[in-house]
Amino acid sequence: MSADTVARPPVKANDPVRWVKDNLFATPFNSLLTLVFAPLVVVVSFRFLRFLAVSARWEIVETNLTLYVVGAFPREQLWRLWLALAILAVVLGLIGGLVGATAREAAAAAGRSTTTTRWDRLARLGPPLLLLASLLGFARTFTPFALTLGVVALGLVSSTLARRVPHGLRRFVPLIAVVGIVVALWTISAFGGVARDEWGGLLITMYYTIGALVISYPVGILFALGRRSSLPMVRWVCGAYVEFFRGSPLITLLFTGWLVLPFFLPADFPTPTLVTRALIIFILFTSAYVAEIVRGGLQAVGRGQWEAAQALGLSPWKQTRLIVLPQALRAVIPGLVGQAISLFKDTTLVLIIGQQDLLAIAQNVTKQDEFLGKGYIIESLVFVGIVYWVASYWLSKESQRLEVRLGVGQR
Amino acid sequence: MTEGTIRVSTSRAAAGPARPPFWRDVRVIRVVLQVGFVVATVALVRWLFGNLTSNLDRLGIRRDFAFLDQPAGFSILGAPDFRAQDTIQNALLIGMGNAIRVAILGIVLSLLIGVVVGVARLSRNWLVARSASAFVEALRNIPPLVLVIFFYLGVLAALPRLDEATFVGDVAIVSNRGIWIAWLTVGEGSRPFLTAAAVALVAAIGVAVWRMRVFDRTGTPHRRLLWATVTFVAVTAIAWSVLQPPIEPSLPVLDGRVVTGGAWLYPEYLSLLISLVLYAASFIAEIVRGSILAVHKGQAEAADALGLSSSQRMRYVILPQALRIAAPAIGNEFLNLSKNVSLGIAVGFAEILRVANTAAGNGQPAPQLLIVVLLGYLTLSLIISVIVNIFNRRLQLVER
Repeated sequence: MSADTVARPPVKANDPVRWVKDNLFATPFNSLLTLVFAPLVVVVSFRFLRFLAVSARWEIVETNLTLYVVGAFPREQLWRLWLALAILAVVLGLIGGLVGATAREAAAAAGRSTTTTRWDRLARLGPPLLLLASLLGFARTFTPFALTLGVVALGLVSSTLARRVPHGLRRFVPLIAVVGIVVALWTISAFGGVARDEWGGLLITMYYTIGALVISYPVGILFALGRRSSLPMVRWVCGAYVEFFRGSPLITLLFTGWLVLPFFLPADFPTPTLVTRALIIFILFTSAYVAEIVRGGLQAVGRGQWEAAQALGLSPWKQTRLIVLPQALRAVIPGLVGQAISLFKDTTLVLIIGQQDLLAIAQNVTKQDEFLGKGYIIESLVFVGIVYWVASYWLSKESQRLEVRLGVGQR
Repeated sequence: MTEGTIRVSTSRAAAGPARPPFWRDVRVIRVVLQVGFVVATVALVRWLFGNLTSNLDRLGIRRDFAFLDQPAGFSILGAPDFRAQDTIQNALLIGMGNAIRVAILGIVLSLLIGVVVGVARLSRNWLVARSASAFVEALRNIPPLVLVIFFYLGVLAALPRLDEATFVGDVAIVSNRGIWIAWLTVGEGSRPFLTAAAVALVAAIGVAVWRMRVFDRTGTPHRRLLWATVTFVAVTAIAWSVLQPPIEPSLPVLDGRVVTGGAWLYPEYLSLLISLVLYAASFIAEIVRGSILAVHKGQAEAADALGLSSSQRMRYVILPQALRIAAPAIGNEFLNLSKNVSLGIAVGFAEILRVANTAAGNGQPAPQLLIVVLLGYLTLSLIISVIVNIFNRRLQLVER
């Protein structure tokens, strides 16, 4: 048979009429669905966009932007925050660059394609830009723009430099991260700075998220290892811890931290501040969830890996650290990022124990004289909702990307 | 290990089954490690609780649970029968009942919405699939507390005042004080009928099971849903006509500034329920979608080859297998939902934590109250996970 007589598969044409027919009116039922849904979608999206662009009275956000971002933080000390942000940008750029480089090399070694289209790269910039826009869009002066630009530039430079860091130094990345975060915290609170009780808004939200993450991930890994231990007593104690904290609602635990935690300390012991108590609860709670996620990863590592490590004569500690944990953690990256997102969302609960976090401020600004009783709560909540939404969405998209890059689920 | 020689410790092998010195004996090390670990844990816990008791004694706070029998001294939203002189124990029980009611209703509704949206995300209709994706992406990235407060302060509080309330025919009154809908009043003396209805339900299930047995044995169409419905309706109808129960529809009536009759869905309850359902549904939808995609492609192709229609393929081939994959993850979402009921405290919904907090504000001891709350939620979690596990076990493949 010559090539001419063989029926060739139909070429996928870029035909809009054809597309509509295939995707909207393929069957009678499908057409019905389209006819029902189309007006609904049009009305809902039109009303939402009209609200965002026209009818919303954003002056409540414009007037109070600083309040949303830092709460009662003394305004003359704001420079400390910018300095801390700059330090964090450098650290995050460094980590991002290194992780990216490592992932790219891993992908290249495994023969996976790492080429991204221009559209991919553009789409990746979307969420962070949207986040910046939704915050800076309400700024009334030029200074925040300039400073943000500087901070972003610092991050980009350090991310570019990070790619040239030699392999041997890469294992210091977690250390650099922790040191960077601690130094950033110091810039804000130490040396005549602002005590954490006075932090509020997005700042305290970020403090709880990052602080609890940095501490609870290693602790959670320890609990996961304990639960997989060959020593039954260790297994039971760790299991009891994990199950207790996973079975209790976080708000109840926060209440315990608020009302009862000081009683657990000796009488002459200085009572920790409310912020510290809430942070302790977040750490205890999150490490239980991290332990459960990591345990799943440990179970996914085949027995053969342990046996091979034993055959090599590695000590139990080295078997875990060099052979098993890296594979286990790689397998559960999506779960770990998911836990970070859920922690970020859970920090809103501190409003119930009287903390001035982003959500609490969104409620409180509507009680100012000029906004009281005029229904500004909708604008205020939509604003913070968008901030939470974009940040969580961004994290989850980056996690999906990393998952593909690291080849999770494929061998 | 120099020059490629391998050292084998021959000396000990020659000495027979002699054990290594005790400090290198694995069995001894294991015991010592565990004893040390347990002692350290117990010491830590004892230290913490020793501090607790001495602090409480120092401050003159009682350490027993006798306060549970004292009069509460506060009223509970949505429980008009509860009076301030009733005991704290009763107040906490009402709170627990409220939490359980929201949890159960939330689980049912979020499962329904979640499955529909999850299937819709895979629809061949572009518009439907995209709308479902938007629903999921929009809701699961927002903290549930933002949703609760938004529905409470932004949506339900913006409804018309009671004196300008919107009437939906005779069956519903919509206002910012809540929504009243037509309901049934169950009067005294209706217990025999309710018992009969329960018997009818059991009978209907029995008939359905019997039809499935017949179907398994003979292959005649089982039509279990039809059979069960007919059984249920027939038995309840007979019971109704024989017993004449005092069950009547109750319509909400606005009388001045008070609404009588109907069921009152107050804003605190409604905002919590709506938010929890939407939030959990977005997660369940994602699980359902993932599970459907995880069903092997060959199954869909086999269904096509058998000539099943697309809805039959979904109903009989794909969904049963997807459900098996999804069950544990969905069970987890149910647990999350039941724990999130405690978010109700932010809007003043009287679940058990809110009740305990009110009691603590009245000077009752917080540690014991929080223990009761934790036990309440742990019990709720435990019950849900037991039920989910039973379902899960029944769904799993029985390997031969």
